[in-house]
Amino acid sequence: MMIGLTHYLTLAAILFTIGVFGIFLNRKNVIVILMSIELMLLAVNINLVAFSAFLGDLAGQVFALLVLTVAAGEAAIGLAILVVYFRNRGGIAVEDVSQMKG
Amino acid sequence: MTLSALAFYLFSTVSVASAFMVIAARNPVYSVLFLILTFFNSAGLFVLMGAEFLALILVVVYVGAVAVLFLFVVMMLDIDFAELSEGFLQYLPIGATVGLILLLELLLIFGASSMLVDDTALPRATPEGMTNAEALGRVLYTEYVYFFQAAGAVLLVAMIGAIVLTLVKSENPRRQSITEQNARTKEDGVALVDVKPGQGLKS
Repeated sequence: MMIGLTHYLTLAAILFTIGVFGIFLNRKNVIVILMSIELMLLAVNINLVAFSAFLGDLAGQVFALLVLTVAAGEAAIGLAILVVYFRNRGGIAVEDVSQMKG
Repeated sequence: MTLSALAFYLFSTVSVASAFMVIAARNPVYSVLFLILTFFNSAGLFVLMGAEFLALILVVVYVGAVAVLFLFVVMMLDIDFAELSEGFLQYLPIGATVGLILLLELLLIFGASSMLVDDTALPRATPEGMTNAEALGRVLYTEYVYFFQAAGAVLLVAMIGAIVLTLVKSENPRRQSITEQNARTKEDGVALVDVKPGQGLKS
């Protein structure tokens, strides 16, 4: 049995769905929400690389590299905001985040 | 069943299972470790698709930087995680509904077989007689050079932003004053005192 494009796309769809599911499941835990976002970005990367490989075009891999860059920056900024928020409030409960409004 | 198909099923099964454990684990430290396992298996999938450079970048950037950053933050913050996962099952029905609908929609798209892609062809984006990194570099530094520069700018902004956000201004910084140091003379700094034996030096 050959492993085709559909196999990879299905795997990426499952991973993306797990990421969305994780955001719903861990509504209170910002750290796990950030990890779920990383999972979704990983699924997108698998999609991009799969299309790049099966269409014979390297552009997909270039864009996967850019997605990787944005994911790294997003994780750094998100965790920095989380650290500052913890320092001010002594906790990371998501329900109180609306206090950050000016 | 060929070896590559076997490898695909191994990597994909482990990555899906560990991705599920990321969101299901009670302790976020375990979540981060399962996230690392997911990234490693996805790197294996990338190798299967012939994207060796991206596979190694995935290991270096995600496992080496992002996951370690998560681990640092999880362990640095003093959080009661049992309290955070209180309403865990409360959101399960709506989350499962949304997730299942999303998954069904995505799978229906693939089932429609509307994609004009040769599904049986060997995955190969790299031209013959060239490594993946070389082929990627040839397009990255020519055709996509502006995107590459933009990615660098994104990283720079993220770095500056993270520093600005977390920098703590010290109340009493002990900075070096070079002019003060240079203005010191021998008379200011050295005092010759004749100490008598048996007596100490009073202040």
